[in-house]
Amino acid sequence: MRHRVLTSVLAAGVLVLAGCGGGGDDGEGAAAGPGGLSVPKIDKLASLGAGEGTVNVIAWAGYVEDGSTDPKVDWVSGFEKETGCQVNTKVAGTSDEMVTLMKTGEYDVVSASGDASLRLIYGGDVAPVNTDLIANYSDVFDGLKNKAWNSVGGQPYGVPHGRGANLLMYRTDTVKPAPTSWGAVFDANSPYKGKITAYDSPIYIADAALYLMKTKPDLGIKNPYALDDTQFKAATDLLTQQNELIGEYWSDYTKEVQAFKSGDSVLGTTWQVITNLAQADKAPVEAVLPSEGATGWSDTWMISSKAKHPNCGYLWMNHIISPKANAGVAEWFGEAPANKLSCAETADKNHCKTFHAEDEAYFDQVWYWTTPLAQCVDGRTDVTCKDYAAWTQAWTTIKG
Amino acid sequence: MSFLHRHPRLRLAALLSAPMLWLVVAYLGALAVLLVSAFWAVNGFTGEVVREFTLQNFRTIVTEEVYRNVTLRSLGVAVAVTVICVLLALPMAFYMAKVASPRARGWLVIAILTPLWASYLVKAYAWRVLLANDGPLDSLIGTPGYGLVAVVIVLSYLWLPYMILPIYAGLERLPDSMLEASADLGARAGRTFRGVVLPILVPSIFAGSIFTFSLSLGDYITVQIVGGKTQLIGNLVYANVGAANNLPFAAAIACIPVLIMVIYLTAVRRSGALEEL
Repeated sequence: MRHRVLTSVLAAGVLVLAGCGGGGDDGEGAAAGPGGLSVPKIDKLASLGAGEGTVNVIAWAGYVEDGSTDPKVDWVSGFEKETGCQVNTKVAGTSDEMVTLMKTGEYDVVSASGDASLRLIYGGDVAPVNTDLIANYSDVFDGLKNKAWNSVGGQPYGVPHGRGANLLMYRTDTVKPAPTSWGAVFDANSPYKGKITAYDSPIYIADAALYLMKTKPDLGIKNPYALDDTQFKAATDLLTQQNELIGEYWSDYTKEVQAFKSGDSVLGTTWQVITNLAQADKAPVEAVLPSEGATGWSDTWMISSKAKHPNCGYLWMNHIISPKANAGVAEWFGEAPANKLSCAETADKNHCKTFHAEDEAYFDQVWYWTTPLAQCVDGRTDVTCKDYAAWTQAWTTIKG
Repeated sequence: MSFLHRHPRLRLAALLSAPMLWLVVAYLGALAVLLVSAFWAVNGFTGEVVREFTLQNFRTIVTEEVYRNVTLRSLGVAVAVTVICVLLALPMAFYMAKVASPRARGWLVIAILTPLWASYLVKAYAWRVLLANDGPLDSLIGTPGYGLVAVVIVLSYLWLPYMILPIYAGLERLPDSMLEASADLGARAGRTFRGVVLPILVPSIFAGSIFTFSLSLGDYITVQIVGGKTQLIGNLVYANVGAANNLPFAAAIACIPVLIMVIYLTAVRRSGALEEL
């Protein structure tokens, strides 16, 4: 008897909940990717009001520094004092994490890479940006404005932040000779077996595709984010073989710093900022841009369509691309700034030259993170490419 | 008051409504949502949940080899951690309950409980440092490095108190006179343990194993910190929620440990261990 009562209560609960669940926002949802996909209609901010006292930021590690990591590295405190907008930062380790966090509606602005920005725009998670309200926008390099990853139909959805390449980091005391090719992390007979690390995200498949693009031309890979079945299989096979060499995958940058410091990892992908932090911790590491070129990022500050603090969000977007702040981030993170005037503000006067800020030919060699779609992003129409869902699935299988 | 006094059933209902509401809405409700959303899909591009019934998630889990491997690996870790915890907890609990003086007993219980007050993350990161190349453990006896072995070690450390306490409670209820009677009848320590102590302790051990087994089965943080490239069920769930933003698929994966635990609990229920909780 008791059991029957319990069962019926349970069943009723399930029914009620199933009913509630089904009724929500069915209107949106089933739309496909670009080509037939329309952007949700969201109004941009018409005029700037007073700051709301707070701004909630999702950013890559090293993008929002208030002096707590290094007292000399601070472009936040001044902004807080000037505008009265308290900056709360949530550091995200991968683009996927950023998309997920933005969907919560708890955050105002995000520093989205190209493999997140379009998903955010078409998902209705970010609002178009009224660039008239952002004074520093006019000083942004023209080469970064109105690109496929930060605007739709000429309407900007964010302000460019900066760009750079994923690098190859190694311990100078154990890895000899110094690596010059991505081949070092894919060599099945590597002497560093078990001490190699790789970025823990499906987008890392593009790194293998880039390597194959240069070393196996007969596969015909033209863009590491547009892989048909054969090309995709070649890339995932290479990564499955690489799995034998991997000590651990990283997406948490503190974990990578610690692993390189202790010598648990000696060779693998990195960002310049991680190398800087490891070197500051006295770890004997260096980072190089391998001969094959690299995957990289071109980041955009975007504002949430559900932003609770839109005015502070706009003030932040204007501040972070102001010459001084933009130069600060660019030097700390190790990337090319977005603002033309930043090059005069960097402590190292050669920074813009070192990171090729004005060198469009260099950035033609860098494959910015892009969301892979079924319609090949390299323009091929005779084949279907693997979309990001397939990439995600494959990444689980690769890790075993 | 007298109204309630005259209506005992109403009184009971008023008393139980709050906890029942919690149980049904928050607890079973969450499980129901999990089950329902496991049959949905997600738009691969925008990440919006598509609320149409599909069996695709479960089909993927059953047909893709990787999910079988990860499930078996997670089961193996859970079993290994449980066995290690039992082996460590038995002598410790026996000493606490039967050998130590009452005063020392109090201190020992506190000593067992104190690690539970420290943050889980701090303990896991401490083990990451301990197990590091050239770390303290490496210079003493050598380190297994980050990987499956490290995961088993750290989880055994983390969940040990949950095994010691029920066994300790079970032993406290065991009258000393029974041990003496066994000795009087000529049984040695080993025979007494097998013939008297263990049968009484079996329900306690099962009770403890429910904690260690289920906690190990669902863990993903320790694996991320000391597991190297290892992935367990928890990591797949985390990766699908946190990274891939595929809640329906994560829900489908999360059904695996739920299923395993239901089978396990049904088996344990037969041993009578549930009365020991």
